[in-house]
Amino acid sequence: MGLERIEKRFADLKAQGRSALITFTTAGDPDYDTALNILRGLPAAGADIIELGMPFSDPMADGPAIQAASIRALAGGMTVRKTLKMVRDFRVQDKTTPIILMGYYNPIYIYGVGAFLADALEAGVDGLIIVDLPPEEDNELALPAKAAGMGCIHLATPTTDPARLDHILRNASGFLYYVSITGITGTAAPDLGPVKAAVDMIRQQTDLPVAVGFGIKTPENAQNFAKFADAVVVGSAIVNIIQSNIDQEGLANPELTSRVLDFVKSLSRSVGAE
Amino acid sequence: MTKNTYRSGPDNDGRFGIFGGRFVAETLMPLILELEDAYKTAKNDPAFKAEFDGLLSEFVGRPSPLYYAERFTKHLGGAKIYFKREELNHTGAHKINNCVGQILLARRMGKTRIIAETGAGQHGVATATVCARFGMKCVVYMGEKDIERQKPNVFRMKLLGAEVIPVTCGSQSLKDAMNEAMRDWVAHVEDTFYIIGTAAGPHPYPELVRDFQSIIGTETREQILLKEGRLPDSLVACVGGGSNAIGLFHEFLDEDIDIYGVEAAGLGLDTDKHAASLSGGKPGVLHGNRTYLLMDEDGQIEEAHSISAGLDYPGIGPEHSWLHETGRVKYVPITDQEALKAFQLCTELEGIIPALESAHAIAWVMKLAPTLPKDHIMVMNLSGRGDKDIFTVATALGAEI
Repeated sequence: MGLERIEKRFADLKAQGRSALITFTTAGDPDYDTALNILRGLPAAGADIIELGMPFSDPMADGPAIQAASIRALAGGMTVRKTLKMVRDFRVQDKTTPIILMGYYNPIYIYGVGAFLADALEAGVDGLIIVDLPPEEDNELALPAKAAGMGCIHLATPTTDPARLDHILRNASGFLYYVSITGITGTAAPDLGPVKAAVDMIRQQTDLPVAVGFGIKTPENAQNFAKFADAVVVGSAIVNIIQSNIDQEGLANPELTSRVLDFVKSLSRSVGAE
Repeated sequence: MTKNTYRSGPDNDGRFGIFGGRFVAETLMPLILELEDAYKTAKNDPAFKAEFDGLLSEFVGRPSPLYYAERFTKHLGGAKIYFKREELNHTGAHKINNCVGQILLARRMGKTRIIAETGAGQHGVATATVCARFGMKCVVYMGEKDIERQKPNVFRMKLLGAEVIPVTCGSQSLKDAMNEAMRDWVAHVEDTFYIIGTAAGPHPYPELVRDFQSIIGTETREQILLKEGRLPDSLVACVGGGSNAIGLFHEFLDEDIDIYGVEAAGLGLDTDKHAASLSGGKPGVLHGNRTYLLMDEDGQIEEAHSISAGLDYPGIGPEHSWLHETGRVKYVPITDQEALKAFQLCTELEGIIPALESAHAIAWVMKLAPTLPKDHIMVMNLSGRGDKDIFTVATALGAEI
């Protein structure tokens, strides 16, 4: 499926006249089984697209919440191979919800780009967001991914001007991810006005759907951004619920999954209510 | 790259062969491109060169002497050994050369806030020093573990007006300090300049740090010609990120000279406690560049180990990775124990207390020089002084201070 599954989802939502809720969780956080249970519950809870973090030892673009999630997952023995297995397990019962892997380049580079793309598509991955691959490095992964039919989600930021945006859009597909703040994930909350202005600028240059993320924490935030964005991404706020529902040994309490999914339901109602 | 030269890199994409590049978050890209432009302009501006040279001579105290290590030479009984005395620079190491260059660039770009990462604290002190000199706000990220083992340098940075922020994530050493500095940078792109301490990171850092450090090699050429009337037969320098080494080597890459980079082998290459990314790692992508890295089979970066905090990094500058693969430079490992012995011998025979980083280069000289004839001329970069390391050495030797 790959890119097609993302495109179909956005087309369906457009027909319904609503924005997408994109959730982020880290594969293997706090352990494989709990993470898979969360993943399986997300579509029914209202996640329209799922971003799944590939844990990395040095997540330079992430704030404390997602750093900690990566460390928990790696401590539990998570690997790229197991992340793909998790997607495969998820796909047994869900063939329509797009899954986007988000992470850093080194684990993919070490896996081998060609082998990774083939295995990821086979497992049911539809798109990639690799935060340390700007368009200057599109030859590394974006071009082979495009050729393989994998969605290549590129990032635009508050430091992106129209000329640069052109460059970013050259090999972008699926949707464009607008990083709403200059900063790392889960820290400062973005102001509505400048983000709307940026999204308006982006729309003049592309027909790709525009998702807004970084710093969106509450259903109210999500609702406000969903008024003008095609998709709203919530990550650290979900990961924080995981963190507050594990004990000192890192074991999940029995309520963890339902608490995460309840929060996703509240986000979904807000995004859909707009 | 042009044929028959090892000195023309990087190419327009910031690559040395497959190494280097610009693997950073999109937020930073406009700034990185702006830096590249600013550096190109500065490089060709005589006023920039004059200001840089003036500060190197009057603030740093250059040129640093090229010193014939007479007793050391006689003791080893082979090659004639010269030390390039970078430890005599202001702040006690080669690090200041690069900091002077970068802060001048920061000023030209209108930045008002400086950030840096530091391991041993030498780069942090050098950065805090140039910030004090130019009245700029300075924030230094340092792993909590390193803060503990380098207390005197932490206090020096604070005296110089810098804010030292402890990094508690990950291994709490240099790589994590660099992660945290990059997070700060992304959040403060408007007013902040990141002074990277070694010849690594996204393009154009490996190039500009090398260029600012190349004063080491150009001085060495002049000095050895005056003293010996010819070029040396071999060069030796320690390599962590590799800025002191590339600073010495670059001038001589196209000459018929044997060049050795010395990596920290910690407790040994056959253990998992070392920092030798070329001898024990493989190519990967971290901190903005493709280069040799220590990692596991899943591509997760591993912690490095060295008795020397300045070599305690799981990567290396991309130009070294390229020089390694082309075979132009030979990279060799030296263990903690060998470095400690070299530290003591240099201190006893020459009256110079070397940094533990530089002691790795000295240890290689001790292995190599006795095998060479007396008319072989060897230059070793004595990149830093060892006052900062006396506590570490005392602990390792079981002495109490």
